[in-house]
Amino acid sequence: MTYDIDKIRADFPILSRQVNGKPLVYLDNGASAQKPQVVIDAVTQAYSMEYANVHRGLHYLSNLATEKYEGVRGTIARFLGVKNEEEIVFTSGATEGINLVAYGWAMPRMQAGDEIVLTIAEHHANIVPWHFLRERQGVVLKWVEVDAKGDLDPQAMIDAIGPKTKLVAMSHMSNVLGTVFDVKPVIEAAHAKGVPVLLDGSQAAVHMPLDLDDLGADFYAVTGHKLYGPSGSGAIHIKAERMSEMRPFIGGGDMIREVHRDRVIYNDPPMMFEAGTPGIVQQIGLGVALDYMMGVGMQNIAAHEARLRDYASTRLAGLNWLNVQGTSARKGAIFSFTLEGAAHAHDISTVLDKKGVAVRAGQHCTGPLMAHLGLNATCRASFGMYNTEGEVDVLIEALELCHELFA
Amino acid sequence: MASPAFEEIAETFEFLEDWEERYRHVIDLGKAMDPLEDAVKVPATKVDGCASQVWILPQIEGEGRAAVFRFRGDSDAMIVRGLIAVLHALYDGLSVDEVLKVDAGGELARLGLNDHLSSQRSNGLRAMVERIRLLAAEKASS
Repeated sequence: MTYDIDKIRADFPILSRQVNGKPLVYLDNGASAQKPQVVIDAVTQAYSMEYANVHRGLHYLSNLATEKYEGVRGTIARFLGVKNEEEIVFTSGATEGINLVAYGWAMPRMQAGDEIVLTIAEHHANIVPWHFLRERQGVVLKWVEVDAKGDLDPQAMIDAIGPKTKLVAMSHMSNVLGTVFDVKPVIEAAHAKGVPVLLDGSQAAVHMPLDLDDLGADFYAVTGHKLYGPSGSGAIHIKAERMSEMRPFIGGGDMIREVHRDRVIYNDPPMMFEAGTPGIVQQIGLGVALDYMMGVGMQNIAAHEARLRDYASTRLAGLNWLNVQGTSARKGAIFSFTLEGAAHAHDISTVLDKKGVAVRAGQHCTGPLMAHLGLNATCRASFGMYNTEGEVDVLIEALELCHELFA
Repeated sequence: MASPAFEEIAETFEFLEDWEERYRHVIDLGKAMDPLEDAVKVPATKVDGCASQVWILPQIEGEGRAAVFRFRGDSDAMIVRGLIAVLHALYDGLSVDEVLKVDAGGELARLGLNDHLSSQRSNGLRAMVERIRLLAAEKASS
């Protein structure tokens, strides 16, 4: 099946705009993705004609909004390869999802000296909630490093799981190195030792078909704004068995069945974990975004991005003054790089911006990984379903200008 | 109002046709500036609010409003180093009283660099100007 890139690009209105007088080349998808017109239309339609609060009223619009909103739970389940949609908890993004696990599952069951095994390549969203446990209850964080290519040896993760380990928390795909970690053997070995596994799927879910029921992780967090959906949307998949072990995290309306002066009866999961008025329209938009991606086909998106990765890898390798971080065979289309010499990542991103190329420069919310790599900052070009080989060429040309300017 | 050093930069900029040429010149100005020694790159001289690291080391001679404002600066980013060199040309050697009267936005607009002053820009030119003005104001009221 051919991948109709022109049609896909036409679906994203922002891609036709100019930046600094140049056609936009948007390579900051790792930070956040652009939105197709169907998502924008769905958000407009929801606010224009179909808006009310959910789960509360019995009036027409409340029922309609509830139906649309709740329907997204099933869409997310389908997208993630989860049969039981009751295992999907709506969140505002992966950060909230991981905090929910930290507060709702980990905090009540971990004591001083208990361990959480992490990779060095985690995003701060999958680090800081565990630091809370370290600070507040003496939990020990055990770090497993990546090798020079940005690969993670699953056996090193498995070996780090000891008798005191209560959780393995790791990224499915590094937002800096682009490596898709080999998580299955880790999950199987952890489970054999009775240790649950949390995966941060913020990057991975965007780029590959998922079958979470088969993968078997206990917790899998995703974020909607990277999935071509609205900011403030997202979800976490939590296995029913783990969900039943959790206490609620955020308290308020909607997550309760009865509230009295001296007691409260909580709603059943997943609603027990969804307090207050949720991101109604954001989640409706996310449902449309996921349907859009599934319409194109996750397998097709993955194949397109694999071509982009190969092309970009080859072209970037041709620049012998450029250092790309992460050269794993399991790498996706995310390239973090530095220029040899004095140029700072911000110098490079400033010049790329003048050429219409949007990349991210900085630490990418990965302090421990940057320290491990011995870097202050990198530039990162991260590709999405609508990027093209021609855009790789524009990037390369702009980088050549940087090399000349900063030499 | 602007110093001869700044006027010289402004004249050069008039001949530079596009952003690429201007950036090239800004980068060259940065390269020509003496780097700060590591010993003075300390929290007291560091300017917050910059995406890259920036240090401003004041060297003010004299007292009160007539004190002569001198400073040295540095950054780990080359464009920002160049911007510091531009600010050096703009401010160095003025009295603190004069420093406070400089319309940085207006002067930098002459170079087409005023977009760097917007608060959304993270390169910190605005934070640097604010630090310079703060240092001068402290001296003026001492």
